[in-house]
Amino acid sequence: MTGREDWWYDEAAGPLVRPYAMVRGRTRPLRPELHLVTQVRAMPSPADPDALAVEHLEIMELCRRPLSVAEVAAYLDVPLVVVKVLLSDLIQRGDVVIRDPSRVPHVPDRNLLQAVLDGVRGI
Amino acid sequence: MVSVESERPGGELLVPTPVKIVIAGGFGTGKTTMVNSVSEIPPLHTEELLTEAGVGVDDVLGLEQKETTTVALDFGRITINPEVVLYLFGTPGQNRFWFMWDELAFGAIGAVILVDTRRLDSSFPSIDFFERRGIPFVIAVNCFEGAHSYEVAEVRRALDVDEAIPLVLCDARDRESSKTVLVSLIQHTMDRLDAMA
Repeated sequence: MTGREDWWYDEAAGPLVRPYAMVRGRTRPLRPELHLVTQVRAMPSPADPDALAVEHLEIMELCRRPLSVAEVAAYLDVPLVVVKVLLSDLIQRGDVVIRDPSRVPHVPDRNLLQAVLDGVRGI
Repeated sequence: MVSVESERPGGELLVPTPVKIVIAGGFGTGKTTMVNSVSEIPPLHTEELLTEAGVGVDDVLGLEQKETTTVALDFGRITINPEVVLYLFGTPGQNRFWFMWDELAFGAIGAVILVDTRRLDSSFPSIDFFERRGIPFVIAVNCFEGAHSYEVAEVRRALDVDEAIPLVLCDARDRESSKTVLVSLIQHTMDRLDAMA
């Protein structure tokens, strides 16, 4: 990035405009607890699917099994910030659950590390 | 892949605990190669849009006034068991995105710092980053074909890292070799935890 001409509508602009239309220009995630690896899981069925945008429904479909915020962004091929806004909508509606952040230790404890060690050895 | 059970006995939806390991190192040291070799899924790619100021994306009305840029992230996944999933994140190549490194390092088990002996200095910023923050890390010397092979002790001297930091030779393309590196990191983190207890 060297100058004003390099800002966000460069040659990759095509797909960039739509995500922002998708979230109606909102770029500030409403849920600060949404990190890259926060696990998201859809409830069996949304309460009022007619009120949801196509992108919300895509997330609901993807998250029938638990996925991280980063995985949802990669599969939908939209920037992370857009996924965080969409997920915030779904959390507010109660259509998805996330891993309760209070249950995630800042640094993994010994039991968790042992499980990861065994898991990596087993792959 | 380990199958994921849909519910706990009580009917509550099971949401796994995520853990992560950061794969760092200079440009071209094999970060993405290592993620590829151990991930259970084809490595994924995502992007974060950031203002140059690095405080996060502001409301869209202010965007004309700011330089916005994209930070690309490559990552992989290893399902440990139905309740734990491990993510491996390669650090963005450009060292100026330090704030993105902070998000990657937050709550991480630790970091693997890949080193190419032909360009040792390209991995110095990574070593500094994790050393300063007290985040556990191991050094993995990626043995590229055609590169002169050095003794572990020689590389350790050249990098000037403490004896307590594990330093291993590896081939990032090889799954077993990359697994060994991850195992040494997890063990190192456990040892540090025990030492503090």
